[in-house]
Amino acid sequence: MRSKRFAILAEREINQETFVEPWPEAGLIVTDSPYDPKPSLRIENGQVVELDGRPRAEFDMLDIWIADHALNLAVAAEAMATPAEQIARMLVDINFSQKEVRRLAEGCTPAKLCEIMRHMNVLEMMMGLAKMRVRRTPANQAHVTNWREHPALLAADAAEAALRGFAEVETTVRVARNAPFNALAILIGTQTGRGGVLTQCAVEEALGLKLAMKGLTSYAETLSVYGTEPTFVDGDDTPWSKAFLASAYASRGVKVRFTSGTGSEALMGNAEQKSMLYLEARCLLVTKGAGSQGVQNGSISCIALPESLPGGVRAVLAENLLASMLGLECASGNDALASHSQIRKTAKLMLQFIPGTDFIHSGYSAVPKRDNLFGGGNYDAEDFDDYNVLQRDMQIDAGLRPITEQEALTIRQEGARAIQAIYAELGFPPITDAEVEAATTGHSSDDMPERDLITDLNAADKFLAGDQNMLTIVDALQKRGFTQIAQNVLEMGRQRLAGDYLQPSAIFDKHFHVLSGVNDVNDYTGPGTGYRVENERWAEIQQIPQAKSPRDFINPQVGEPTAKLVEIGPAQAGTRPEVIVAVGPAFNDALTRTIGALEHEDVLKAILTGVASEGLIARIVKVHHSSDCAQIGFTGSALSGSGIAIGLQSRGTAVIHKRGLARLNNLELFPQSPSLTLEHYEAMGRNAARYAQGLPAKPVAVKIDNWARLKLIVKTALLHRRETEQITDQPPGELLFDWEPDV
Amino acid sequence: MESKPVYPLMENAADTLHATSGRSVNAIDLDAVARGELSPADLQISPEALRAQATVAADAGFRQLAENLMRAAELTAVPNAELLRMYEILRPGRATEAELQTLAATLETAYQAPRNAQLVREALQVYLQRGLLKRTMG
Repeated sequence: MRSKRFAILAEREINQETFVEPWPEAGLIVTDSPYDPKPSLRIENGQVVELDGRPRAEFDMLDIWIADHALNLAVAAEAMATPAEQIARMLVDINFSQKEVRRLAEGCTPAKLCEIMRHMNVLEMMMGLAKMRVRRTPANQAHVTNWREHPALLAADAAEAALRGFAEVETTVRVARNAPFNALAILIGTQTGRGGVLTQCAVEEALGLKLAMKGLTSYAETLSVYGTEPTFVDGDDTPWSKAFLASAYASRGVKVRFTSGTGSEALMGNAEQKSMLYLEARCLLVTKGAGSQGVQNGSISCIALPESLPGGVRAVLAENLLASMLGLECASGNDALASHSQIRKTAKLMLQFIPGTDFIHSGYSAVPKRDNLFGGGNYDAEDFDDYNVLQRDMQIDAGLRPITEQEALTIRQEGARAIQAIYAELGFPPITDAEVEAATTGHSSDDMPERDLITDLNAADKFLAGDQNMLTIVDALQKRGFTQIAQNVLEMGRQRLAGDYLQPSAIFDKHFHVLSGVNDVNDYTGPGTGYRVENERWAEIQQIPQAKSPRDFINPQVGEPTAKLVEIGPAQAGTRPEVIVAVGPAFNDALTRTIGALEHEDVLKAILTGVASEGLIARIVKVHHSSDCAQIGFTGSALSGSGIAIGLQSRGTAVIHKRGLARLNNLELFPQSPSLTLEHYEAMGRNAARYAQGLPAKPVAVKIDNWARLKLIVKTALLHRRETEQITDQPPGELLFDWEPDV
Repeated sequence: MESKPVYPLMENAADTLHATSGRSVNAIDLDAVARGELSPADLQISPEALRAQATVAADAGFRQLAENLMRAAELTAVPNAELLRMYEILRPGRATEAELQTLAATLETAYQAPRNAQLVREALQVYLQRGLLKRTMG
């Protein structure tokens, strides 16, 4: 015996995921592995001699680094002695500032940090995150890539992403040799969309530094760190080399953040039986010790691994919170494809979206999933409208703004033209006008013509190896008349000289004004404080192009009343068998059509036809003193010789009423006005006539459409308001209809 | 006596900002580009600016970031190719003990980069302990 319901459930998207039970020995456990150490810290002569149960003689390279560079020994004893639960409560308590909590967090060992998290549920973590986020103003990062690695499409998508509000854009490669051209395309595209957007190209570490040296990128993010020594070594670095690399970038005026994230150690085969969060806490302290201003975390590419385990999404929120607690800028995941289920993916997103992080996504795919070369696209270009609606629904700033189709086309075209001009000026393989047009109107790689990849790759090699750099690009743009874009690109170079954007959580606004953890400090301490969505920004978020003025909503229901229907005097009570059709105060006057766009005249004709087909006459009465459907029907039934009346609101909602029934009771009710057809109204007429003669009638079957209320509730409300406006304190009037049914 | 840097430097102290080439940030504009006057050295951040940012970071409570920026100030003296080489040999399994000693000495004496030299010496000790130096066949 099988269940039909379970068969349907089995087909749901959620059931395409993998769910497993924890297995600590394999590192498949998100928090609280039985092998996680207990927090401990012993300091002798100003040096850490024991860290989380391990004596210095047994330290691995991470322990050494954390002990000697990360922990603030001035507060460590106090922090470790403070009960974890107390620190957890400080995170949630609006009366404790960010600064007070961070002071203690900086003295906590990885195990201690995990212990603090153990006391918190996701709601409490979100409260903590709202306070501990380093930058006051939340922002967002986009991925811009495409399968063809087509430069015009990269530039167009980067331009649109910048216009949509992303403060950073990241690209990468499918074929490594494309790196310099890909970096160039998004640099140009972003500076077309809005000056000040930061760009990076995620490639191998040394190549990444090279691109930065040429001025083709303004920051680097994928400086990866790992929570166990063997994994770190497999990642081809140590905390020392990573710290050096961070300084190398800074020495060129280029911003850096490290990348960590739960699950990498288990995926790479060396979790040492520790929980994912414990290992991530180690990563964050390595990051802190190296002096990186920030981190990309929230599981990142490994997200499906913690999400396969119980408490996975909670642990991922915890790691974002830990990063923020340590004073690290946090680009909080939500990038890699995490789920087949739209419900699940959005629920998870809300944990960062609602409190706000420095970058809600460390890579919102601003291109379709299939063009996302990061294995990403949890959210992609096809979700843009949903995303803007979520911001509007909740009055939350998640970094994006709505744009119109025309704005998108214009900016995309300009970005594509700019990169075309550079390619022409510098003698790269040409970008044709057809490619520019395809990039302007296109959605994905599928819309782009093929390029000669061999020629492109050879040119890319030459470009990388040669002396051409950011200044060459600026010069080319200027020569070709793209002055504003040239100005913006040059400004990205100039800003390197100041180094203002090397401070924690730094982004530029459209005026190249830097916002960072130094001058945009998160001062949240409860309602009415910190970053609030209001004024211009709230106005911008509200103005999704789909929003209409409600004033024009009911125009389709307002037309020319028919002269065939006239009020001739007060309605009298009837004595013979009849059906009364009682209509609302706006009928064939302030409103002339139903919500389903049926002419009032046609609806009346249908009803009268139905009544006549059962051998009775219908009398039409207008109710003036109420717009309520039940009241209209009730009034009609009081006047009806048979006691039977059809009550009809102008918007089409109808009821068959009978004298003697309570006002809100009825014989038949037709609440789904959008679903009613003329056939339904005719059937209503027939049934009413049968009831009037004491004959049985099969109730009219109207299909239930649960979406109707959702789609039409605004219109319904406005139509009812219009009808209600026509109410006067007058007795019902008799209407003469200059029309006879053909039966 | 130098006063404390006022952040953002670009908005409050642009007159003090210059590239390692000596060119002032105010002399970097599209006209200069058009005249062909600029080279990459004109977009190279100066050690002074990095140290100023280190002070800003330290004052704002970001001690390790300040240390990073001080290391960066030292590394402005190192040419690109050399910098890449240095990073490379700090990676696991790349360098022998002697090579790391040499690197530390080079940083110390050729580039007056004591903080980076210290970082390298520390790395050397740890790599020795943890077996992260170049693996030799013998």
